[in-house]
Amino acid sequence: MTGNTLTIALAGNPNSGKTTMFNALTGSRQHVGNYPGVTVQKKEGRLTHNGVTVHVVDLPGTYSLTAYSAEELAARNFLVDERPEMVVNILDAGALERSLYLTVQFLELGVPVVLALNMMDEVKKRGMQIDTGLLSRLLRSPVVETVARIGEGKERLLDAALDFARGNRRPWEPLILSYGPDVDAALAEMTGIIEDARFLDGRLPARWVALKLLEGDHEVAGICRQSGAAYDRLAAIVERLAGHLAATMNSYPEALISDYRYGFIASLLKQGVLKKDASRERIVYSDKVDRVVTDRFLGPLLMLGVLYGMFEMVFFIGEYPMGWFEDFFSWLSGLAAAVIPPGQIQSLVVSGIIGGVGGVLGFVPLIVIMFFLLSYLEDLGYMARMAYMLDRVFRIFGLHGGSVMPFIISGGIPGGCAVPGVMAARTLRSPKERLATILTAPFMACGAKIPVFVLLVGAFFPQGAGTAMFWITLASWGAALLVARLLRSTVIRGQATPFLMELPPYRIPTLRGVLLHTWERAWQYVKKAGTTILAISVLLWAAMTYPQLPQDVADGYATSRRTLAAALEAAETTAAPGLDGAALADLEARLADIDNKKAEAALRNSLAGRLGTALEDVTRLAGFDWRVNIALLGGIAAKEVIVSTLGTSYALGEVDPGEATPLSEKLAADPAMSKASALALIIFTILYAPCFVTVVAMAREASWGWAAFAMVFNTGLGFAVAAAAYQIASRL
Amino acid sequence: MSEPICLRQLPVNTQAVIHSVAAAGELGRRIRDMGIVPGTTVQVIGRAPLYDPVALRLRDFTLTLRNSEADHILVIRQD
Repeated sequence: MTGNTLTIALAGNPNSGKTTMFNALTGSRQHVGNYPGVTVQKKEGRLTHNGVTVHVVDLPGTYSLTAYSAEELAARNFLVDERPEMVVNILDAGALERSLYLTVQFLELGVPVVLALNMMDEVKKRGMQIDTGLLSRLLRSPVVETVARIGEGKERLLDAALDFARGNRRPWEPLILSYGPDVDAALAEMTGIIEDARFLDGRLPARWVALKLLEGDHEVAGICRQSGAAYDRLAAIVERLAGHLAATMNSYPEALISDYRYGFIASLLKQGVLKKDASRERIVYSDKVDRVVTDRFLGPLLMLGVLYGMFEMVFFIGEYPMGWFEDFFSWLSGLAAAVIPPGQIQSLVVSGIIGGVGGVLGFVPLIVIMFFLLSYLEDLGYMARMAYMLDRVFRIFGLHGGSVMPFIISGGIPGGCAVPGVMAARTLRSPKERLATILTAPFMACGAKIPVFVLLVGAFFPQGAGTAMFWITLASWGAALLVARLLRSTVIRGQATPFLMELPPYRIPTLRGVLLHTWERAWQYVKKAGTTILAISVLLWAAMTYPQLPQDVADGYATSRRTLAAALEAAETTAAPGLDGAALADLEARLADIDNKKAEAALRNSLAGRLGTALEDVTRLAGFDWRVNIALLGGIAAKEVIVSTLGTSYALGEVDPGEATPLSEKLAADPAMSKASALALIIFTILYAPCFVTVVAMAREASWGWAAFAMVFNTGLGFAVAAAAYQIASRL
Repeated sequence: MSEPICLRQLPVNTQAVIHSVAAAGELGRRIRDMGIVPGTTVQVIGRAPLYDPVALRLRDFTLTLRNSEADHILVIRQD
């Protein structure tokens, strides 16, 4: 303990109730980030207990402390580099034997450990008896019984941690296990060499370093290799032992070490720590549920039902708060327009800032509800079942059972959003499948693409709009799966990662836990909208506003506008004879027409317009003219922009994506557009660069390199396929 | 005692004891981390709709793995 503060690390297996305990301990005083260099989530919180400030770090859930997964490495590096005063190890008491495997590794590392035997209520219900006093004596660590779900035992846990930390000012005291005569002899020899060489300034127990070298740990071996001669001697010992074990036992050091660890645990439990009532089988309830839920026929049906129900709920419930957000932002626009005098500043604030950020924040209600349901399914244990049932299908495409959910959220059932979809890929443990999922999820028919599809289908395929939408959805899935297959056999090549996944028993989630999960994820989205999106909106606004129309052209519009306006005013005030209602309306329409024409000319003259015009030479291959080009350029910022930009460029003024009928008619009448170019445009919209919010999410979840790759590759692929489709379709 | 068979061939609802794990490297490590070491009693409790992956009961929890991973695990049936 340094002064009056204490750092404790919370560790344990996935599904052990670790996060529930973290939430119970820290309440809302927590914040989320990433571990340096890895995309593993880092959660920290503070609390005060008996006058001591306790800093709690939630380590990622792991089954082991090897250095193979990002989670394991992050957990281990935190323990080694930050040296927290205490590890609070949360164990699923119902699966004590497996849970202790991680505990033994903490003890071998020497870090002070307090054990929290969690879910003791379930254990008692099943007729299992755990002698916690005996376990505590045998492991020489405090053991506390807890039920994290209702916060039971958390005070005692903190007491134990504080007591233990107070008495534990000595250096780390590692547990020493015996691994049989061969390994023990090698370990003893290696420990001597390591102590003499003072690897890592002696900060880690020498025996632990030796163990890691025997286990073939690349991370530790890499560090030791820097010390030259001593490492060569160690490597020779490892090699000699491996050869000996292969010859005599047909085994290798790593396997033998884990056998002995489990052997040690089994002997602990047999000494009287665990007594089971054999008549009462464990997880009987979950088993019965699973017999139905993962049944060969009922399972997939139920899964479809759950997915469909989830989307219905998201959009049914989400509709109302979405409306409130829209109302709020249109009120804000109105306010800004009233307060700020007309001109560039007003345009920047209203169109650039409020329009851009509002468009993104408008999705917040949908995202909150989606995350709520998702966290619920996850905490319930159903997500693991879904991955289990679909793994076989997804593996064909180089993906993983866990890729299903990110796809669905991204718009696998039309109307999702790729931002939470990409973030949901976090649940995938395997880096390659995860990357492939992140890169392909944006192909799905997200909510922002839907208006584009509806517009085009309505204009060019009116006889079968429903069918067309169905095929668009199927095409999106096909594109995602096929591109995933392509990527997995080229740029992200590699063996399928092992699918070893626990099916946790079904547990009814706590409202508090689900709400906290939802809040964390939604807040990240909002923060992004406030920063990155704001900057991009302003840039995009500038590209579509500057350079402005030359003075003489603008004056021309202004003059004819003034003439018309004067005529209109005169007609309204004096009610001149011979001017009836129809003529008045005609004047108004002509006035609006002038404004729209000016908007069209201004857009065409702007940077974006010039780029769109310049690109025509290339995009003609796919049947896109300059108006479509600008719309698609805007669509890189946010796909909703496609419809509104088309509205401006077709001189229709602002078009509400939901009410695009006049635009649809205009498109159908435009000789530059045809069924073939509409088809090409639909294909391009499915495939091309993800919107900026998604790109930012991809950069955070993978890297900026991969985000850039997605922008370039998807656009290239989209254009190639769209051009091919246009060329074929226009010749038919 | 019967001969070791591959875990892939173990029918649903039969018990077996792990005889050996032939996988090395990352796969082997993950298999062992999850508690599949020689001497462990396992039971196949179900298979996914397309017969793959398979769900196992061991050490009081349920583990799923693919048939291609089960190929590395030899078990002895307990009838």
